[in-house]
Amino acid sequence: MNRFTAFVKKEFLHILRDPRTLLIMFGMPVAQVILFGFAITNEISNAKIAILDQSKDVVTQKLISKILSTGYFELENYLNSEYEIEQVFREGKVKEVIVFGPNFASDFQNGKANLQVIADATDPNTGTTLINYTNAIVNDFIGQEFAGSARILPIRIETRMWYNPELLGVFYFIPGVITIILMLVSTMLTSISIAREKELGTMEVLLASPMKPAQVILAKVIPYLFLSFFNAIVILLMGRFVFHLPFEGSIVFLLLETLLFIIVALSLGVLISTKVATQQLALMISLFALMLPTILLSGFIFPVENMPIALQVISHFIPAKWFVIIIKSILLKGNDISHLWKETLILVAFVVVFIGASIKNYKVRLE
Amino acid sequence: MRTIRFIIQKEFLQIFRNKAMLPIIFLLPVIQLVILSNAATYEIQDIRMVAIDKDNSPMSHRLLSKLNGSPYFKLLQVTNNTKVGTEALNNGIADIVLEIPHRMEKNVTSNIPVKLQLSVNAIDGVKAGLASGYMQAIIVEYGKGIIMLNPPSSLSGGVVTQTSNWFNESLDYKTFMVPGILVLLVTMIGTFLTAMNIVREKELGTMEQLNVSPIKKHHFIIGKLFPFLVLGLLELFIGLVVAKLVFNTPFLGSLFIVFLFAILYLMVVLGIGLLISTITETQQQAMFISWFFMVIFILMSGLFTPIESMPVWAQKITLFNPVRYFIEIMRMVMLKGSGFGDVGRHFLILGIYALVINGLAIWQYRKTS
Repeated sequence: MNRFTAFVKKEFLHILRDPRTLLIMFGMPVAQVILFGFAITNEISNAKIAILDQSKDVVTQKLISKILSTGYFELENYLNSEYEIEQVFREGKVKEVIVFGPNFASDFQNGKANLQVIADATDPNTGTTLINYTNAIVNDFIGQEFAGSARILPIRIETRMWYNPELLGVFYFIPGVITIILMLVSTMLTSISIAREKELGTMEVLLASPMKPAQVILAKVIPYLFLSFFNAIVILLMGRFVFHLPFEGSIVFLLLETLLFIIVALSLGVLISTKVATQQLALMISLFALMLPTILLSGFIFPVENMPIALQVISHFIPAKWFVIIIKSILLKGNDISHLWKETLILVAFVVVFIGASIKNYKVRLE
Repeated sequence: MRTIRFIIQKEFLQIFRNKAMLPIIFLLPVIQLVILSNAATYEIQDIRMVAIDKDNSPMSHRLLSKLNGSPYFKLLQVTNNTKVGTEALNNGIADIVLEIPHRMEKNVTSNIPVKLQLSVNAIDGVKAGLASGYMQAIIVEYGKGIIMLNPPSSLSGGVVTQTSNWFNESLDYKTFMVPGILVLLVTMIGTFLTAMNIVREKELGTMEQLNVSPIKKHHFIIGKLFPFLVLGLLELFIGLVVAKLVFNTPFLGSLFIVFLFAILYLMVVLGIGLLISTITETQQQAMFISWFFMVIFILMSGLFTPIESMPVWAQKITLFNPVRYFIEIMRMVMLKGSGFGDVGRHFLILGIYALVINGLAIWQYRKTS
């Protein structure tokens, strides 16, 4: 046991003696969470549009000023002919063009006014959203102009957005960003540890020592476990006090789940580390191979249930996906273990598999 | 010139002799491109719905079957108990709960306004917004049908709206995502590999040998940069072929513009990698820093979330993001067929960027330690 604590101490010293890495490790996640918490959002506002007004009458003026006053749209310029539509799209200046047909005002009274809404659908989500906004504004305008007449639909819908009434992107993205940072940083940290000893030649010393494989691995993981957990707490505190995330559920439960997730990531790092010979390879696997799948398949930006079945199956093997579910349920819904036991068990299974495979892979002989 | 050639030769040999790295450089990006391009979609189908039908009339039944018949909603359960509906939302069985009030049919036919109540699980704001939008559209459509049945005596004016989606009529997400994801993969490979390159020589001690040789600073940087430039272009070419063959992504514009821009672009990202490499001491530090920038570059590139949605200060930050420019160019040239005139500004910006970054890298590289 004494031998083991000495080994853990050695690992701690390794880390603490490299203040640059420490600074990067703690500074960067904080900077990223702040940056993304404020910057990443899907809500569309101030989309640039161009208008081709072939009537220039009272009604079009009124409708245009209504469209521009909503805050969703911002006028880039007026066009003079239909030829210019394609041109502004190709220059990439505007996302939508609204075309008012000739004689708009008089046709408006007869219910035949011609309005064309063209969206740049290279980004389908923005395209459809903008068209929907425009339609809603136009319908609203018609309702105002003909108030009291039977054109107005008898059915109204009252929508309540639960758990996130203002549809804040932050609520959705912050748990995702926390997950991505913990996953990638923790995996990367341990993945280099053994590979580095191999590359720098100090592995021989470890192999010649009477330490058991499990002890070597555990000793390497413990310091990083502390560091990552500390990191997680800092990020969660920021979520609470900078972004005002609701902490509906139990904090102790949240921290335990976080610890479990860090262990998953660290043990994946160890597994990578035992497999490869150079730090370069370890880093390429832990960062390059993991980054996009973690971002895309964790449900952090794109909902998993919309993906093709094959991808949904693959996403089950992305640990981050389960943690995103857990952390969101605890923070926003206040769920406890009775709702989340399945996800928790899956994370535990990941740990068992990763650690088991690492111990099996750990070779006591140099090739 | 001869010196540069030897460095280039050495670098190529090092890349191709590292058998474990080759699949990561060439195979992994292709696999990721093919698989992950399918993941990035906002198309929503089969939103799980529970209905609380307190009216239980022919009209409410028709409305529910209309919703259930649309591709967007899947009606899991109809109940007349508000509690059951709320519970379904709470434990995540349903995404959306629609409550139809008493006497809907009666009130609608006698033209008394009726309020339907829609509760949406809004943790995922985008999905919630889209779901309630679809619901709104279907119900408005349904309402119009009712008006048609009993036309009001004084039919007054309105607008005939025609909408069209240009450049991507079928609203296919893959068309949108493939060029962007390809850019990310090329960028990551380039930055990570160059960032680790010089620092690796430092860590393993081979840097000494290079430093005592008569290689000039700019020879060294050019010699280190060139092989990865070739690698990046090759990577891009493979990716474009895959995009064409697997996804049938349109390519309206000129291939020449894309590759010309790619050269400029790679000089920027590889320059960033080299710069990181010269200012760090260990591969771990180099990777941390390049990872930090890469995550920022990726999430602020406008690939996954539109740049216009960001606050103004964040939009200003994206002006320094090279990835943003390349993704824009790829989309403009491939999907809209933009020409030189449309993308000239991008060339200018990245040209300046490349000069500054590589100048810095040469200036920062010290032959003495």
